[in-house]
Amino acid sequence: MPKKTLTLAIMDAPYESANSTTALRIVNAALSKGHNVNVFAYEGAVNLTMRAQTPHPNPVKGTSVEQEQHPTTKDWIGALFQLAQQKQAKLDWVNCGLCVDERGAGEWIEGPRRGGPKDFLDASMASDATLVIPTK
Amino acid sequence: MAKILNIVETAYRATLEEQDDTVLWLTHMLKNSGADAAVLLQGNAVNYLARGQDASGLAFGQLRMVRGPELDRDLEKMIDKGIPVFAIEEDIIDRGLAEFDLISGFQRISRRSMPELLDRHDQVWRW
Repeated sequence: MPKKTLTLAIMDAPYESANSTTALRIVNAALSKGHNVNVFAYEGAVNLTMRAQTPHPNPVKGTSVEQEQHPTTKDWIGALFQLAQQKQAKLDWVNCGLCVDERGAGEWIEGPRRGGPKDFLDASMASDATLVIPTK
Repeated sequence: MAKILNIVETAYRATLEEQDDTVLWLTHMLKNSGADAAVLLQGNAVNYLARGQDASGLAFGQLRMVRGPELDRDLEKMIDKGIPVFAIEEDIIDRGLAEFDLISGFQRISRRSMPELLDRHDQVWRW
């Protein structure tokens, strides 16, 4: 199968919507087949990659941090970067710089880069398909 | 103690990331803190009553999610804890959820009887 390039724009903050999980599943599926993926993280989505995210225990279930294994979106996305490397595909994750600044969300994991709407436009024009997953 | 009714309608909102429904979780925590809290499920949230939900299997690359949400079991635990759980009968029927598909211990109410239910509570929080 020839390598394709997919661009996604996402807007939801972590832990707010199923949209984030759905978007990451699409990214996972594309990378698994060796396709390149561009992600433009806009608005609250810039928080998905924040380095300081920390798993927590669950006092309702009485589980410890180790037992609960609470997921963090930054670890999910970190795993996607590893997957891209394994599959020799490119994951270009752009966090919207102005969205980052207004949220003070500049500390993120290794992999994403700072950018802006022009990056999204350029990526979209150079892609085989663009998928926008907005906040509702 | 004031009686609180939490109305949950938005369903499956980030339940994979959270491993639960955050309003059900909050209600459970409030109960543990001494609150007299109840839950009313309406709209799509009545599907939380469906037995045997399995959201396991999520994986990104090599990273597998070990513990998924268990919304039906969370509700059963809440009922066991003494938290009344109500659900709108018409919303259950509209979604084709049969009696045997659902957990036990919750109370069905008709949409017409909602005002009486609301009136029995001092505070109504619609999430």
